[in-house]
Amino acid sequence: MKYDILISGVGGQGTVLASRILALSSIEAGFFARTAETIGMSQRGGSVVSHVRIGSENSSSVIPLSGADLLIGFELCEAARCIQRLSPDGKCIVNKQVIKPVTVSLGNSNYDTDGITEFIKKNCKCPVFIDGYSLAEQAGSVKAVNIVLLGAAAGLGFLPFDRSVLEKVIASNVPQKYVELNMKAFELGYREGIMQKTVAAC
Amino acid sequence: MRKLLMGNEAIAFGAIKSGVRVVTGYPGTPSTEVLETIAKNNPGHIYVEWSVNEKVAMEVAAGAAYAGARSLVTMKQVGLNVASDPLMSLVYIGVKGGMVILVADDPGPFSSQTEQDTRHFAEFSNLPVFDPSSPEEAYQMIEAAFELSEKVQLPVFLRPTTRICHSCSTIDLPDSFEKPGNPEGFQKDPRWVIFPALAYKKHIHVEQLQTKLSEMFSSSPFNQVVGSGKKGIAASGVAYSYVKEYLSMTDARVKLFKVGTPYPLPSKLALEFLNGLDEVLVVEELDPVVEESLLQLSASNLLNVRIYGKKTNHLPFAGEYSFELVKDAVQKFLGTGIHEDMGHKLTPSDFPARPPVLCAGCPHRGSFYAVKTAMKGQKAVFTGDIGCYTLGNAKPLDMVDTCLCMGAGITVAQGLKHAEPDVRHIAFIGDSTFFHTGIPGIINAVYNNTDITVVVLDNGTTAMTGHQPHPGTGKTIMGSISEKIDIFSLVKACGVKFIKKANPFNLKESARIIREAVEFNGPSVVIFEGPCISLYKPSRIMSVTDNCTSCKKCIREIGCPAMYTEGKKVRIEPSLCYGCTLCSQVCPFDAIGGADQ
Ligand code: SF4
Ligand code: SF4
Repeated sequence: MKYDILISGVGGQGTVLASRILALSSIEAGFFARTAETIGMSQRGGSVVSHVRIGSENSSSVIPLSGADLLIGFELCEAARCIQRLSPDGKCIVNKQVIKPVTVSLGNSNYDTDGITEFIKKNCKCPVFIDGYSLAEQAGSVKAVNIVLLGAAAGLGFLPFDRSVLEKVIASNVPQKYVELNMKAFELGYREGIMQKTVAAC
Repeated sequence: MRKLLMGNEAIAFGAIKSGVRVVTGYPGTPSTEVLETIAKNNPGHIYVEWSVNEKVAMEVAAGAAYAGARSLVTMKQVGLNVASDPLMSLVYIGVKGGMVILVADDPGPFSSQTEQDTRHFAEFSNLPVFDPSSPEEAYQMIEAAFELSEKVQLPVFLRPTTRICHSCSTIDLPDSFEKPGNPEGFQKDPRWVIFPALAYKKHIHVEQLQTKLSEMFSSSPFNQVVGSGKKGIAASGVAYSYVKEYLSMTDARVKLFKVGTPYPLPSKLALEFLNGLDEVLVVEELDPVVEESLLQLSASNLLNVRIYGKKTNHLPFAGEYSFELVKDAVQKFLGTGIHEDMGHKLTPSDFPARPPVLCAGCPHRGSFYAVKTAMKGQKAVFTGDIGCYTLGNAKPLDMVDTCLCMGAGITVAQGLKHAEPDVRHIAFIGDSTFFHTGIPGIINAVYNNTDITVVVLDNGTTAMTGHQPHPGTGKTIMGSISEKIDIFSLVKACGVKFIKKANPFNLKESARIIREAVEFNGPSVVIFEGPCISLYKPSRIMSVTDNCTSCKKCIREIGCPAMYTEGKKVRIEPSLCYGCTLCSQVCPFDAIGGADQ
């Protein structure tokens, strides 16, 4: 089985940990996994992308354009920016959160929330929009938005392994004192995923 | 043990498996995690250090190899420029224990000043180079590199690129690593002292070795020729993995030459590849190293084969290659270019750009802003350097007028000064860069009495590359506590007569100190001390109160990424704010207050 997941977001949102958890879960489930990360200067609040390639013994680490089976956008505009890598039948989860770049706050560029949302809807089959920020806040920290989104992906049935595999990997890859918080974040995301699945019928 | 390893981690474990004893390096993206991973997984017998700079690192590693220990030195491509002095002589001297020089190249570039190609440095210095096409291959290559180095008694390059360094792969590691035997020790011998007469003899020897190395590489498992046909593709590094991925999607008849050791080119194998071919496409990132070697080889063997690549404009010199770029070139070459409709109609909409910025709460923001306010109305040039603070060039701070290479801020300022004595020149340099190559520039300014002001941005860490300790932190990567080297005393010992410390979070006071320093006749130094946000948890966060008139001065002046506008209202994102209070010091209406966390 081959399955390509693209994660996009803003440096500091925990995309690297999310991709690591997905890849480790794939290995745990018996697959060969690769990832490619943005590390370095862009991590200082710039656009970041992680590629997770499952069943990728003979592939490179970067997902080709129109190749991703799933896109998890951690931020509205960053999701839109990466849609060209999503396959025409690909699934897409978008965290509705808006993080305005400094260029926008300074008035040098424009962040058109409605326009971007429309763009996503027009260019991918049935995007699932999630308020990851509020769910993470509910779980105890907005920093857990990455785990909320993984929970949602699992709840929606978009991942090729069981939630139990993910939970095990999360528990062993976050600091001990945050395990409970992250489990709660995962659960909240998972439930949101299940709910959206029945509503959206993707 | 089945593991998910980043290319750099794979290289690190490969080095441990190979029995490395001494590991040195200077942090630099994308190479940094190699040394860190070895330190973190040190079985106990490995000495690991962050050296002060790459030249020092190269020499320490060479010394260890003189004594018969296996040593590894790590750096990024521009670091090799700094280390090139010891490197070039070391080729003549050679080593006893295996020595691997890990240099990570950065096509793109993602985090570098240049796109230079270390494979050319290998050719220049006459040292063999391994060029991995995947993290798992890098894991195998480092072991081969150590063995080769010991066999030919020369240092050997391992040259991954960003895509290899920062990609993860599924790799099986042994459960434990064997401890290597003790090194033989240093044996006194004239061979270790470079003299003109020795250099001449060694030059002959090294040149002869090149043919031998090429022969050895022809039977290396990292070089392979598969397939058949009249058309051939030669590919090296990560570009090979794109070629392979594309070919697996087609049934085109093509001969494929995988080049794992671009220098010296395995000529025997390359001739086997070229034989019977009409046309060849060479796919490699950065310089046309393999392309040129194949051109030379086919010319000297009078082969009637056309070789395409960068020199024929079939592929670009600059930038990182992508699967799409390689696919297009290969399709054109093979004539299989059926244009597939991905069924994905995209209208490029103008999304707001999101360049990297100084973090919320970053002490550099206050330092830059204080200097900016102090210098308002005066003609001044601000020279920058390499580190997070290069980001101070972005608006609204706009405080980096030049940036060249490590340590050049201080020296470029001096040249500018001599050309334009009436202009004020202020050089910014970070703490780690100061130790790396900043000190000679300070001494130069004192010695030649050049009236510049140096601003040292001391945030207590090497932040850009992921927070490594340095001589000023009093900690080492081995976890031990060492003597903290005090920048103030060091600058004083260099003979600077005006030195003051300033607090980046106290704007008025800092601006006053800067004015004093600039007025001072002769070189002056101001040390801004404020910790990188990675070193502490915020004790308070700020929020905007009802006093706010929406004048937006705060956003306009300092551009903190925690601040944003919602309609007319200015807001602070609580999860990003570090409570540095800069915004409240800038606000003319006392409209930003703090709450303890
Ligand atoms: S500077 Fe003060 S008054 Fe002006 S927008 Fe900022 S918080 Fe409001
Ligand atoms: S106090 Fe103001 S300037 Fe400092 S981090 Fe918070 S919002 Fe940014």
